[in-house]
Amino acid sequence: MTEAGDTRQPLLAVEHLTMRFDGLLAVDDLSFAAYSREITAIIGPNGAGKTTVFNCLTGFYKPSAGRLAMHVDGKTLLLERIDGFKIARQAGVVRTFQNIRLFAGMTALENLIVAQHNLLMSASLFSIAGFLGLPRYRSAERAAVERARYWLDKVGLTQRADWAAGTLPYGAQRRLEIARALCTEPALLCLDEPAAGLNPSESAELNQLLLAVRADQAIAILLIEHDMSVVMGTSDHVIVLDYGRKIADGTPAEIRADPTVVRAYLGEDEHEVLPTATTARPGIGRA
Amino acid sequence: MTAASGFAAENPARASADWAVELKDAGLAALAATLLALPLMGLQTYDVGGGALGVRTRFDWVVVAAAAVFAGRLILRICHRLTRRRERRSDGVLASLTASTSRRTSLLAATGIAFAVALPVLPFSSRYLIDLGTTVLIYVMLGWGLNIVVGLAGLLDLGYVAFYAVGAYTFALLARDLGLTFWQALPFSGLVAAGFGVILGFPVLRLRGDYLAIVTLGFGEIIRIVLVNWSPVTGGPNGISDIPRPSFFGLPFARSSPEGATTFAQFFGLEFSPNQRVVFLYFVILALALVTNLFTLRLRKLPIGRAWEALREDEVACRALGINPTNVKLSAFGIGAMLGGFAGCFFATRQGFISPESFTFTESATILAIVVLGGAGSQIGVVLAAILLVTLPELGRAFAEFRMLLFGAAMVAIMAWRPRGLLAYREPSLHLAPRPRWARLR
Repeated sequence: MTEAGDTRQPLLAVEHLTMRFDGLLAVDDLSFAAYSREITAIIGPNGAGKTTVFNCLTGFYKPSAGRLAMHVDGKTLLLERIDGFKIARQAGVVRTFQNIRLFAGMTALENLIVAQHNLLMSASLFSIAGFLGLPRYRSAERAAVERARYWLDKVGLTQRADWAAGTLPYGAQRRLEIARALCTEPALLCLDEPAAGLNPSESAELNQLLLAVRADQAIAILLIEHDMSVVMGTSDHVIVLDYGRKIADGTPAEIRADPTVVRAYLGEDEHEVLPTATTARPGIGRA
Repeated sequence: MTAASGFAAENPARASADWAVELKDAGLAALAATLLALPLMGLQTYDVGGGALGVRTRFDWVVVAAAAVFAGRLILRICHRLTRRRERRSDGVLASLTASTSRRTSLLAATGIAFAVALPVLPFSSRYLIDLGTTVLIYVMLGWGLNIVVGLAGLLDLGYVAFYAVGAYTFALLARDLGLTFWQALPFSGLVAAGFGVILGFPVLRLRGDYLAIVTLGFGEIIRIVLVNWSPVTGGPNGISDIPRPSFFGLPFARSSPEGATTFAQFFGLEFSPNQRVVFLYFVILALALVTNLFTLRLRKLPIGRAWEALREDEVACRALGINPTNVKLSAFGIGAMLGGFAGCFFATRQGFISPESFTFTESATILAIVVLGGAGSQIGVVLAAILLVTLPELGRAFAEFRMLLFGAAMVAIMAWRPRGLLAYREPSLHLAPRPRWARLR
């Protein structure tokens, strides 16, 4: 296990995270850490609680128990205590969604500019300087367009910058959503199944993009993914969830060889007695 | 041989089969109409005397109804077929189409403004026409105000008339109790209406779609009912009269000057005519509307405007990107309400008399219809829809009781042919690719 000998300060430390919906225990006493300039993958069968972890991290849910600590600029911020929409701004945690959530009627470029809303809003002095067209706002807007152009270039969408986001091909929409999250200059980027629905060549491109981001930006990436070519090809560290509990944590090579993981994905050996709750499990085929 | 005639020559069998399908469809519609019309129109009761009723048949009416439905259905289907064929042809030229749409919109806007400015001096102009133009412009302004809330921010507001009423009553009360003139009261009307917009915004922050619509509908009614019942202040159903008329930089429009002040006609050495005030009011609302338009277009290109549109597209994504949805919604409600308040202030000074009668739900519905018919979010679409919705009932005056029928039919027709509104084209707020010169000038 990587944690044992690790003395580095993690960017994100999740401690004893528990999320309960009435009778359902979606996440059960989960602890893990994510480090800057590393890709941490969270895998597990469908319904294992992966997206719930993301929803807790990004303020869509308030966790029932546990601590979510972000260490940014020498300060420690507790995500569970920050209002949902402030998490992106104060703690630098942004996410993408399993079902793409772009601003479909707006152009690709506008999507990336909206991501820089808070920066531009303060530069426009709550619209007053912007309304008057003062130089301080104009230069901020130019810088925002440049940042958008940089990320459009990285995801290969410069030629389609002025297309409505909803008219882009599926794979391009996935990449644009990642670019939009990166435009906020995050410290932690949470990607929820970025390779879902991509063909093999598109998911190879996604690998390249993730590796390039890890190399160029001082950010940590959390990755939920079922596509093992992406998980094994990019991540430094893999966490396996099953029924809300962490069942394994280690490097991709360690995870691949771990018998508990194989059991969680493929079911128990037929000769052993099965606990009834684990027999029927959707999502086995997808892993 | 041209392509079109070649097509017809190659598929004569198919063309006739198409006709058979259309005729059959229209025949079925006519049959349904006949069945419905038989009891509804074919039979009429009349008083035979002594309290008894006789029944009289009117089968000629049924025949007319069936024929009308048959012809109407046939024409509708043929129009559909033609437009579909045209759309199929234009698929390949999507990029140039959007460019030409944008260019056509700029041209339309320029022509529209030139026409509006020149209207009072055009040879066919009349007092009636200028009055009608003033009404159209009030609705254009209201449409533009509501467009911020509904078209840009995507918040369905069915009680917009409340802010129009607040603006009008603010001016009426300030004039009656404090003696403020139109120009002094105008900013207050906008501010008070904006305040009410924010007050409405708070309780509905968590609501979306249908629920939001119902609460805003209720808010509109609350304001109207308060105006009716708070007699000591608002005058109740009698309203407020003798609201001062606007002056031209202090020069009143009157036949004789009160207490020795110079009137507009005297100052410019003109013959007094009541038309002068009508034309002046027309130019005041034209200026207010143009300022409103510039204001909105400018806001659309600022972070706040883009946040409104982002909120319309996806509120969850907005939150995930760190945008405060509360601020975005309240600013949309507040600014939309402010524009409604300005329009209300103008309405009060133009009428000289206001009462709760003028601020019923029908007004809200008309303004919303203008925004939706125009193409939500489109500034020029709102103008076209306002012209249509205000002038159609006027044109229909000759048909007396059929005018609302005509009005309804026109609305159904627009929604059938242009379901996204008259002008649904959205101009992006900024571009990465270099733009042609005519587009940058705007």
